[in-house]
Amino acid sequence: MKKEFTPRITSFLCKWCSYTGADLAGTARLQYPTSIIPIQVMCSSRVDPVFLIKAFLNGSDGVLIGGCHPGDCHYETGNYHARRRFAIVKSVFDSLGLESKRLKLSWISASEGPKFARVANEYTEEIMKLGENPTRKSIFL
Amino acid sequence: MSSIIIDTSASRKVRELLRFLLESGKIDAAVTMRKIPEDSSYDLALITDASNLDEAVPIVPVMTVNAGQVLSSISTSGKKIAVVLKPCELRAFVELVKREQGSFENLLTISHTCGGVFPLDLVAAGKIEELLPKYEKIISKGEVPANTRDTCRACEHFIPMNADITVAVAGDCESGKGCVMYLNTDKAEEYAEGFSGERGELKFDPSALKKMLDARLLEKEKLFASITEDGPGLDRLLDTFGKCIGCHGCNSVCPICYCLLCDFESANFDYNLPYFEEHLSRRAALRLPPDTIFFHLGRLTHMSFSCVGCGMCSDVCPVGIPVAAVFRKTGEKTAALFDYVPGRDVEESIPVMVYKEEEFSDIG
Repeated sequence: MKKEFTPRITSFLCKWCSYTGADLAGTARLQYPTSIIPIQVMCSSRVDPVFLIKAFLNGSDGVLIGGCHPGDCHYETGNYHARRRFAIVKSVFDSLGLESKRLKLSWISASEGPKFARVANEYTEEIMKLGENPTRKSIFL
Repeated sequence: MSSIIIDTSASRKVRELLRFLLESGKIDAAVTMRKIPEDSSYDLALITDASNLDEAVPIVPVMTVNAGQVLSSISTSGKKIAVVLKPCELRAFVELVKREQGSFENLLTISHTCGGVFPLDLVAAGKIEELLPKYEKIISKGEVPANTRDTCRACEHFIPMNADITVAVAGDCESGKGCVMYLNTDKAEEYAEGFSGERGELKFDPSALKKMLDARLLEKEKLFASITEDGPGLDRLLDTFGKCIGCHGCNSVCPICYCLLCDFESANFDYNLPYFEEHLSRRAALRLPPDTIFFHLGRLTHMSFSCVGCGMCSDVCPVGIPVAAVFRKTGEKTAALFDYVPGRDVEESIPVMVYKEEEFSDIG
């Protein structure tokens, strides 16, 4: 029997909003898939573009950044910068013909436990449709 | 603003100007291309005494180093320096000034319409002098010389932006004789005061170079298409960058890559036993040195929007990766996200330093 594909989604979650949102989803006992591998960062702008690329080249099927809603950043402007950097990485992926759908940025506040669960579910489904990241198989990366 | 009609070759006239500036004490030093007397090659020189200007060839289609990169280490010396730059070198320096790596305060920038430069292997082989007459003929007709760098042939910014003095050598004049030197700024007027030459009130007319622009745009299309001709994707990425030997030469000659300690050369990329063990637990084999493709993708996201397309990176690549072409193609897209043109305006912030509250509403 073929083993079912479980995606691995490396998730950089900002401490002040999205990580707390994920916590809330947990304490509220909301169901979301185990595909999400959370990494706490102090701010979404802490995520250097090379973090996304490294995760992608190392075989993550999806990479998620979670940050505070625009205007709500704990450091006031971090998420605006994160958004620009994310746009650049996406553009580079598109130019090179890499699957930019495997990268996602989502604004999830500390009170949005249900939104976190929904994003986790929807994004996992989306990645399931895309299938395994070909970088997993390519040994010489 | 005034203009000076050039009665000799353009390169000689600029050399005369540098000599005048040095002898009159208006500048302390000049930065210009120079013919190496002992052989048939060229280099970039920092000259403080006019007697050393004899070998200077300010306008020559050779770029041994991006002068913008070199300027960043001398422009803040407090000395007055006149520098002859190709348009892309000037743009690179503008990008560096934005990153607080230099200053225009004590600089007089002299630039020229550019026909492109020859790859360094032709320079090293001593071929430039025999190629020059034909090259000059071609650019005076407003055409694109075939044996120049690929990114030069595909470059649409061959008219200097923001230069104090612009020397028009391409397009309408028989390269040299009858060319015009345009003084664009008050600074230029001040420095050139007392310099010989027939003055006029001519205005630089970019429309004379329309033919060259069209030809270049066509070349650009061809160049961009060549990078993805086998279809895009991971396989193509491996095809393009798979040859990389990890020498980081492209990074070291890049005028935009100014970081004193590049992340890719930091301790983050010291490979130790646990690194290999961890990787080999997931993969059956590992490429050595590791992370060569990662390096290129990282640079693309870090600075492609500021790429001026000088072509140094492709030129120094020992394995022939078209680094510059990939950067130009990708960089054009990343810069377009912010309506940004690298080197256009020193007052314009680099895209990653600023933001707008309302933008990219499709993200998030």
